[in-house]
Amino acid sequence: MADDPPRTPTPSGSRKGSGKKAAPASNKLAPPAAAAQKKSKESVTKSKSQHDAEPPQGIVPLFMATKSQEIYECICDEHVTEDNPYKLIKKADIIQDMKMRAAISDFHPVKQLVLDYPGEELLIAYDPDFKFGQNFFLCTTEEAKMEHLHPGGADAEGEDGVVAAGEEGAEEEDNAVYVYKPPEAKEWVTQGSQVEVEDEIVVDTRDKIRFRASRVRKEFGAPIIFEDRDADTSAAEQGLAASCLACPSYADTNFTIKKAELDNAVQAVPELTDGSSQTDWKHPVTASVQYEPRIISEEEAKVAQQSEEFKQFIQASVPRFELALQQNTIMDVFFDDWTVLGEEDTNFGSKSDSHLKEYQSFTDLQYSKDKTVTCVDWHPQIKGVMAVACCERLTFDERIDNANKLLMSPSLILIWSFADPIHPQLLLEGPDDICCFKFCPTNPNIVAGGCINGQLVLWDITEYSEKLSSNRGNNSKASQKKAAMFGEEIQPETPTIRYCAVSAIENSHRNIISSVDWLPDHYELNRFGIPVENRLSECCQIMTCGTDGHVMVWDIRAPKAPANTKDQQAEKSAPPRPFGVSQVFKHLDLSWKPLLKLSMAKTDSSGDYSPLKFSLAEKQGARDHVPQPAGEKPETTGMSKVPSAKNQRPLECIATNYFLGSEDGEVIYASFKLEKDNETGKSNVPKPTWAVAPHDGPVNTLQRNPFFSDILLSVGGWTFAVWKEGVTSGAILQSACAPKLYTAGHWSTTRPAVFFLGTKDGNVEVWDLLDRTHEPLLVQNVTAAQVTQIVPWVVSKKQHLVAVSDNVGTLHILEIPWNLRHPASGEKQAVEGFFDREIQRIEYFDKKAVVRANERSKEMDKKKAQQAKVEEMTDDALMEEYKAEYDSYKQLEKKLLQQLGLIEEEKPEI
Amino acid sequence: MSEVEETIKRIQSHKGVLGIIVVNSEGIPILTSLDNSTTVQYAGLIHQLTMKARSTVRDIDPQNDLTFLRLRSKKHEIMVAPDKEYLLIVIQNPSE
Repeated sequence: MADDPPRTPTPSGSRKGSGKKAAPASNKLAPPAAAAQKKSKESVTKSKSQHDAEPPQGIVPLFMATKSQEIYECICDEHVTEDNPYKLIKKADIIQDMKMRAAISDFHPVKQLVLDYPGEELLIAYDPDFKFGQNFFLCTTEEAKMEHLHPGGADAEGEDGVVAAGEEGAEEEDNAVYVYKPPEAKEWVTQGSQVEVEDEIVVDTRDKIRFRASRVRKEFGAPIIFEDRDADTSAAEQGLAASCLACPSYADTNFTIKKAELDNAVQAVPELTDGSSQTDWKHPVTASVQYEPRIISEEEAKVAQQSEEFKQFIQASVPRFELALQQNTIMDVFFDDWTVLGEEDTNFGSKSDSHLKEYQSFTDLQYSKDKTVTCVDWHPQIKGVMAVACCERLTFDERIDNANKLLMSPSLILIWSFADPIHPQLLLEGPDDICCFKFCPTNPNIVAGGCINGQLVLWDITEYSEKLSSNRGNNSKASQKKAAMFGEEIQPETPTIRYCAVSAIENSHRNIISSVDWLPDHYELNRFGIPVENRLSECCQIMTCGTDGHVMVWDIRAPKAPANTKDQQAEKSAPPRPFGVSQVFKHLDLSWKPLLKLSMAKTDSSGDYSPLKFSLAEKQGARDHVPQPAGEKPETTGMSKVPSAKNQRPLECIATNYFLGSEDGEVIYASFKLEKDNETGKSNVPKPTWAVAPHDGPVNTLQRNPFFSDILLSVGGWTFAVWKEGVTSGAILQSACAPKLYTAGHWSTTRPAVFFLGTKDGNVEVWDLLDRTHEPLLVQNVTAAQVTQIVPWVVSKKQHLVAVSDNVGTLHILEIPWNLRHPASGEKQAVEGFFDREIQRIEYFDKKAVVRANERSKEMDKKKAQQAKVEEMTDDALMEEYKAEYDSYKQLEKKLLQQLGLIEEEKPEI
Repeated sequence: MSEVEETIKRIQSHKGVLGIIVVNSEGIPILTSLDNSTTVQYAGLIHQLTMKARSTVRDIDPQNDLTFLRLRSKKHEIMVAPDKEYLLIVIQNPSE
């Protein structure tokens, strides 16, 4: 019902709802009856109000008699109920009924309406409440019908609502679906905004004017002719005044205001120019070229070779070639003389260039006068510091006689420094005379020494090491004299350091320790003499040999655990340590036992060798062949305990053989690896594999060549010999007997073929094997007494010194001249070649000896055959033979005696 | 032919000679005492060098001509004798 403007469109649902609620309420009887009645009253009132107004359009009340109801099957409460009040009746039926019953038909009053009804079926609704006045009502329009049948429509009147309620009594839910109604166009009421809009509209106020200009065609593009004309605008030429108009300047009042202040802004902008260029981009193309050389075939080559021109060419060019080739072989044109010039020059130096220059000499009146120097060693790290061990020059018997006196005088090692030739820097005191000692190569603050009574001694000079190293002229006279009183010169006290550890007497050597040396730091020995890896990389083992026939290996680290409580008690009750002695090695003091004890049994006869010197194969610092120790380094503070055997890895690459030089002039080759005796299961010291006795005096030097580790020098008695390890048939070189006894020897540290020898009368001989082998290169007298030790040392690149010690307690330092310390180029190869040749010679002679032996045995056989014949001679003949022999012997004797001068010479017969 | 062989053998037996190559005017080796790859390499390179050297000499003085070329390196000396049609190359190790 759209044409109901004042009525605001309310959701029909409300109405309907109320109507609906009314309907089912009215169905139920008693309880909601009141409510229903109320609601129905409401609806009735509404409907009444509406009824009062007018029945809505399309709804016509209709009374249907019972008969009609039967006809159309809309009997009240049977076909049509309140819940279902609608009934659709066909229009055709109604018309037929009306025809049949004419005026009696109930539809008669609405006949016209029915006939006009557009649809096919008419809706009859039961109206029990007589809302519209009758018990039924008829919907005469389609819309009404639709509305009743489908009461979803928004606008429903009260009747509609009721009808809808009746229709859809079953539907109890609220119909809240909002049906979209497009807005209806209403007339526009202006509010006043159009004025502004109109203002803005551009509207033509008048018609557009059209204007047309034209010119004669021929004047287009015609040449222009200018003429002069005056520019003034006098009245005389008014006719022309219009053509030129003057624009005189005048003061325009618009511009009288002078701008005093002007806002101005400046912006600095870098000049930028954009430019571009385009380069040719060449597409990379995969392209390759493969070529092969032209080769001519065999036949063509042959043809060419046989041609005449070829022959001529060869003949012509060969002489040139020969010339060139010969030139090359004659002389090397590009040989650089300048670089090799310097080497040749030194051979012809003056005498001062080629002899050992006296550099300094050290002697101490108090401690070393009239004593023999037994051992000299340079400090491995501090330059210019060396140590000297002094011993009393007494024979064994004299020692016993003077034993009391000897006890009083201390046995010392003197440490000298170049800075002070008069006063030794340090004194190391030992329990008895020290025969040999050595600085530890890795820790030069530890000195190991061997005594005359067979004990091994250790010193620790850590406290004084700085004093030693900083000693460069600090001992000036001023400091010496500072405490002088009454003009006395007080000598500065030389600090004396007592030994900090000494070996147990029962376990030491029985006789003097003749040689002591540190084992290189890349291996150590275990109890069986097997070299195992040394984790510490520090020297911790010492090897000594003594004239009692034993070679011992000592370890300076603490043993694994104290043996038993007895030792512990002994430790506790040990005498208190003397003051100032280092406590580092107190675990060793007086209880030091050797790790390994090897006795050198003689191979062919009974008894032992008495070694004086030994020489190990491994060199300190040469550890290329040793694998790096795996695992972590054990704690290195001081010396840790001896590691347990299972932690150590045995090293296969260490040579366990070594050489010994004995008191009887023998050179012995032995091994310190203990052999397992299969029978007893014990490990035994193996017997030396080889021994010879080349020297006729005790061996005082047995040393390996610093450049070739398998070449040894042995010096003893009146001879020296050079050996190669492995060559057992003899020495490579054995010298002839010298006029004087050799007492010391040492290889040169820089030249592989040079070594120094010291003699009994104080001479130092320099031998050069490449130069001559029958006599020394240089003989120089250094001292008046016997030379006891020669130790060369490289102090700096320019200074090579050799320390020569003698029998009266003096240490001479000599400087080695250039030609003796500088190796010639290729000297090492030359020496190698020399040794190889000598070895070949030895082998050759060996073979020859074998051959000769064969020959000799053959001769012997022959002689025996002859002798068998001779024996058949008669006795008389034999007697005559004997007499003849006796006579010849007598004559020989006489002659000899005459030569000796024991009998007078026979007067010559006149 | 045998004389040629003899001559070449004589040169080859000289002290320090490593090899001998004869190259024709096109740069193709005709005769050689070295292995093929070395020969080919030497022939190509030395041929070019000789041509260059010859042209250098002739540029300086057109009446002049290259007679012999010796190239000394650290290890060997290479000697080249050019001709109108052939090229003889000898390699020697002089320091022996």
